[in-house]
Formats: sequence, structure tokens, C-alpha cells
Amino acid sequence: MRTFEYSRAADPGEAARFAHEGATIIAGGTNLLDLMKLEVMAPDRLIDINRLDLKWIESTQDGGLRIGTLVSNSDLAADMRVREGWPVLSKALLSGATGQLRNKATTGGNLLQRTRCYYFYDTDMPCNKREPGSGCAALGGFNRIHAILGTSDQCIATHPSDMAVAMRTLDAKVEILSNEEGVRMIDLGDLYRLPGDTPHIETTLKPGEMITHVILPPPLEGRQIYRKVRDRASYAFALVSIAAAVDVQDGKIATAKLAFGGVGPCPWRMPQVENLLTGQTPSAHLWEKATDLLLEDATGQGSNDFKIPLLRRTLAAVMDEATRGDGK
Amino acid sequence: MQTQLKINGTEHDLDHDPRVSLLDALRNHLNLTGTKKGCDHGQCGACTVLLNGRRINSCLTLACMHDGDEITTIEGIGTPEELSPLQTAFIEHDGFQCGYCTPGQICSATAMLEEARQGWPSHVTVDVTTSPELTDTEIAERMSGNLCRCSAYPNIVDAIRQAAGKSA
Repeated sequence: MRTFEYSRAADPGEAARFAHEGATIIAGGTNLLDLMKLEVMAPDRLIDINRLDLKWIESTQDGGLRIGTLVSNSDLAADMRVREGWPVLSKALLSGATGQLRNKATTGGNLLQRTRCYYFYDTDMPCNKREPGSGCAALGGFNRIHAILGTSDQCIATHPSDMAVAMRTLDAKVEILSNEEGVRMIDLGDLYRLPGDTPHIETTLKPGEMITHVILPPPLEGRQIYRKVRDRASYAFALVSIAAAVDVQDGKIATAKLAFGGVGPCPWRMPQVENLLTGQTPSAHLWEKATDLLLEDATGQGSNDFKIPLLRRTLAAVMDEATRGDGK
Repeated sequence: MQTQLKINGTEHDLDHDPRVSLLDALRNHLNLTGTKKGCDHGQCGACTVLLNGRRINSCLTLACMHDGDEITTIEGIGTPEELSPLQTAFIEHDGFQCGYCTPGQICSATAMLEEARQGWPSHVTVDVTTSPELTDTEIAERMSGNLCRCSAYPNIVDAIRQAAGKSA
């Protein structure tokens, strides 16, 4: 590990100020320290935000939740409000990592964790995300875990989070403290950037900006499902995952919110697919049509070709489960 | 830099490089070698300790981040003369072969039983609004952060089930 200066932020403003000066924010550290050990990341300065008062989950006036960025993945998954009102979030969190890691990993850190692409982690290999312009070893290499949607000829890495996929389904917003502009709020979907020609720039956060909270709108009607398909039953990243919130009324789909993990550079959502499903009667044919649309621009890279049929089958299974019986 | 850690009830003052992980602080600076280094990347669980009562991977956190925190290591869980219920159960059920993962397994299980007592659900809990019974499937899922290369898993699950029953 390269050496660095370490300091503790006295308040969120100080953290944002230090970040503006080039410091890297550390919270749980479960991903950052791993990357620092491998020298994939080598910050000169760490600003530790763990002592900040951002560890609380507050109920909002409209019946939603405001989740502090330092709330651990364990505490968020175990919160009875989340388990009852936003169970897809609890399920997604519990499907990720291990008990030890979830105790340390934080809400903001989970959103900002880096890809687990093998070539990003291997400093002997080219990677445009780690070293812009060096090339992408995953293209034409081992790419079993890589993305089929939203990729570019520069990068085919996935975003590894489960939590973010559920939050995307739930229309979460991210509250950001900016060193220069005060507080701003964006949709979670607008936090992430597609790789394009700049895969090293993963989010729309500017230097000196820090996530302070995630806001969940009030609970959704209907059934919530998180389905994760992976190589092991526990402690493995998703090959394909789906977070679904589906409401059926009088035999027809009233609302269908769907986000997909393991397939794109960010938690993937396609409103056209949801529009296609809305108002329709559940059927295998409908799931086929929805998946055709979802996968219209999907590209396999060789070892990950299987993700295309896998996503098709997983979506059908999730929609069957979500629309079974009266939707309760 | 200076960090004060309260480990197994005793305060220790450390003078160290900021890069020192909590794991290396325990083993190399304080000679508390019960906590093991396996992968050093948070994947095996051999370095599991309790931080303010919660289980964490001590390899994936810096000592300097824990000034004033309370750490419990395997040395604070039990002694040869006074074993914890989990330690007794591991011996009775032969929950190990080489023993390298055992301190991590026991620290992890100690905190896991407390999580279960608090009603935390897991990935295998069908209805996350309920507080599930600690079935073998629940135990296995909740312990998935602790690998055992000797694959003593069936006996580890037996040991934890026994300890869970005793402390319930």
C-alpha cells in the first residue's frame, strides 16, 4: 500500500472541502482499502467520515425514508421500516457480501463501490477505467461476469451493487453536499455515467461533492422481489439480478418497476419495458415481448453470452412470481 | 500516528504508520496472534473480530479509524480454563481440523447469535418481516463469510446450533 495522510472530518462541510482539495473519502473502507492494498487506488490523502452524524434512518413527512450515508448495510437491511415497506431493499442488501462486510459497508460507499472486473484489479493488465487509454483486457479476454448492456468499446465492466439495484427500482434519490453549491438532490439513476470514452469517470459527482443521504419515496403497492442468480448460493456477485416492484389490479399489471444488476455499468432500468407491461394481462408471451425490448441492444462478449438467455429466463420467473394469484 | 484501542477490556496506546490494518495492529503490534491472517482481502473471515460488539473483517479496516473503539478478539471470548459456550460446542462437535479458521469462526458465530437474537433476517429468510428460527440453512447463510479449507462445515453448523440452543 502506498502511504497517505490520514485525517478525520469534523463535519460534512470539512469532508467536502478536503475532497475538493483532492482527498479521498473513506467510510466503511471494505472496497477502498482492498483496492489500496493492490495499489489499484493510491490516494495521497484519506478523509475519514466515520465520526460524522450521518448514521440515522429518518422517516420523512410524506411517508418515505431518509437514510444517512453512514448507515451500515446491516442496519439498513434489519430496519423494520425497510423490511415492511421496502422489502426489496432489505432482500437485496442481504443477498450481498457477508455478515462481516455488511456491518462495515455503508450506504454511500455501497453506491460508490468500484467494479469487480478482474482486469481492473490486476495492475499488470490494461484497463481504461484504472489507467485511461491503456485499453480493455476484458474485451476478448475472460468476461464471464461482464456487462451486456450500456457498454462501450472502452469498457464492459459491471456495477457490482445489489443495494443500488433495489434503490433504483424504488426511485431513490441521492442527497449530495457540494463544497461550492450547497445541497443538491438527484435521481439515483442520474448518479451513474455510462462508460463511453471515459470509463474512469463513473459518476456525476464533482470534486468536492459527497453523498450525505439516500431518500426513498413512500412504499409502493404490490409485491416486491429481489432475485439474484450467481455461481454460489452465498457471498458471490450477481451474474444477473432483478429488483421488481409489481402491482396487479383486477388481473392486469397496474405498475411494474424493474431494475437489473450484473448486466450493465450501472443499475439498469428501462422505462419502455415498464410501459410495455403496464395495463397488460400477465402471460409468458408478454414477458417475451418485454425481454425482447430490454435486450434489443444487448451484446455478448463471448464468455458472458449466456447472460442474455439467463436474463430472459430470470425476468420470466420474476414476473410469474410477482403476478401470481392476486398480487398479494 | 497515535491510536488508542480498548481490546478485550484493556486500553492499548499504539504508535503506528497510518497504513496498519486493525489485523496487523493486533498481531504485530500487540502480539494478540489469536486473530488469524488468511486472505487479507475480506474474503475468508479468519481475521473476524468484534468491533463494539459487531463482527467485522479486521484486515479491511485501518487501526487509526478505531481510536477509542472497543475490540473483542478470540483472546477475550474465552480462555482454556473458561471456554465460551461456542468454544465448548466446537470441541464437542469437532468443528475444525487444522484450526486456522477457528478463531474467526468463533468470533463470527458469537456476533451472529446476537444478530439472530435481535431478530435480523438473512438472505434465506422467506419473509424478511419475521425473526426466523436458526435452522441449519440460516446458520450456513449467516456464516458464509467464514471459510474453512478443511471443510468442517457440517460440524461447525452442529456446534453453532448447540450453542444457539443453550443461550436461547
